[in-house]
Amino acid sequence: MLYMPIWKEVPLLIRMEAVSKIYKTGGTPALSDLDLQIGRGEFVFLVGPSGAGKTTLIKLISREEMPTSGRIDFLERDTAAYREPELLRHRRRMGLVFQDYRLLKSKTIYENVAMALEVIGRPSREIRELVPSALERVGLLEKENSFPSELSGGEQQRAGIARAIVRKPLLILADEPTGNVDRKTARGLMDLFETINSDGTTVIVATHAWDLVDRLQKRVITLEKGRITGDEQQGSYDHVH
Amino acid sequence: MFINYLKYCLRQAVVSLSRNRWLALISTGMIAVSLAILGGFLLGAVNVDQVMKNVQSNLEIAVFLNESADIPALEEKIAQLDGISSLRFIDRHKGLEEFGRSLGDEALLEELTGESNPLPDAFRVRGVSVELIPELAGQIERFSGVESVDYGGELVLSITSISGWLNSFSIAVSALLAVGAIFLVGTTIRLSVVIRQEEIGIMKHLGASNWFIRLPFLLEGLAIGFAGTLVSLTVLGLAYYRLAALLIRKSPLFFLHPVTDPGKLFLVFGSLLLLGVVMGGLGSLFSIRRFLKV
Repeated sequence: MLYMPIWKEVPLLIRMEAVSKIYKTGGTPALSDLDLQIGRGEFVFLVGPSGAGKTTLIKLISREEMPTSGRIDFLERDTAAYREPELLRHRRRMGLVFQDYRLLKSKTIYENVAMALEVIGRPSREIRELVPSALERVGLLEKENSFPSELSGGEQQRAGIARAIVRKPLLILADEPTGNVDRKTARGLMDLFETINSDGTTVIVATHAWDLVDRLQKRVITLEKGRITGDEQQGSYDHVH
Repeated sequence: MFINYLKYCLRQAVVSLSRNRWLALISTGMIAVSLAILGGFLLGAVNVDQVMKNVQSNLEIAVFLNESADIPALEEKIAQLDGISSLRFIDRHKGLEEFGRSLGDEALLEELTGESNPLPDAFRVRGVSVELIPELAGQIERFSGVESVDYGGELVLSITSISGWLNSFSIAVSALLAVGAIFLVGTTIRLSVVIRQEEIGIMKHLGASNWFIRLPFLLEGLAIGFAGTLVSLTVLGLAYYRLAALLIRKSPLFFLHPVTDPGKLFLVFGSLLLLGVVMGGLGSLFSIRRFLKV
């Protein structure tokens, strides 16, 4: 079933209209003519085979990339019209979670999480309150003085999630967050995303982990060759071939 | 908020400097050498300028008169010329006395006194600037009653041309050295940037502003520039102090005395300090610019 606008009453967080992205002139489009709406507080899985355009879609939402054509609105504002202060505000309203964690090896877990607040100039007192709270939420408080190399993959990803949520963002964007961990750990991470979402934070997760998608029964948007081929509430991974 | 930001940037700059301490030290050393040479040229230029002024203020045209000269009329004509700063009549007897004094032994000239005095009456004329002397001398030479003029024409021309040449040369060398020093600081900072590229990427994703990312690198460059300049100023200051003391003690010619005016020296050293810090900052900004696009 293709996407139907059944969340009209929910204020829209993201609206995409006829969005295409071509990286190289004359090359195959990474995304073609995408129309999509994501409301505040939703939990959305982006699924599809490798090269389907999941990562490109995430980069367009975070405005790491710009669409070749079409329009992307975030909270009713055209993201292409952002000037630098708005772009910074846009990025500060979201938390990014990466497959490879992107933690700094030279910093402790506490320092890695604190960096998300330091770079936006939050006062030390606030940092001292918010960082332990975020670490506690992901179950890593006792490891705050450890370095990333001393943690397992799952723990490192939890630290990455703590860094993403410490600023209480509107949106969490996770690109293959379970790609480098075992099934059991992956389930734990997805449960964590679900808990974060239950507090009202919109969560968008791009993933290949079909069993986790099926288990959580959330909205599933299927991408294939840069096009949306499925968009289901309480969907599953079935569409992906 | 700004204090936290500044503390963060300072901490990052210190960590980065200690992480790349060897390269930072080499850059500091190179800036010190570049600025010491640059400072040497500047001090040289200031001293040449002083020598020029000393020579200038003492440069005179000796106007030798023939016996039929109408001295009051000639004095009036010379005084009316543009660019004359002073005019003094020296009769032949006084001229001989002065000559004797300049030789250091007036007894040597005892036989030349009275009617045997070979010197003519003369005027000693000073111009308002050294460049005017040749022209004034030419004009005075054409007046009737003037036997000949002498102003050390070649010396004047040489000083003017050497000073001009020295200024151009020192500007060119200084500019080259400054560019080299900026490039060196840039290389050090670029290495810091490359080492911290992953961190910069993460910071951009976290919404750090360009200035937030730039500032630690800028501080790093400024610190290298400042440290290099301090080293060069210390070396230059000590060397100049010793050389100046030596010249003041040993130089027989007053116009070769070095500049010791604290105001002038402060201007040179202050300019060098400012230049070193600016060079450090510029080097940083050039290096970080292309890494900011995430």
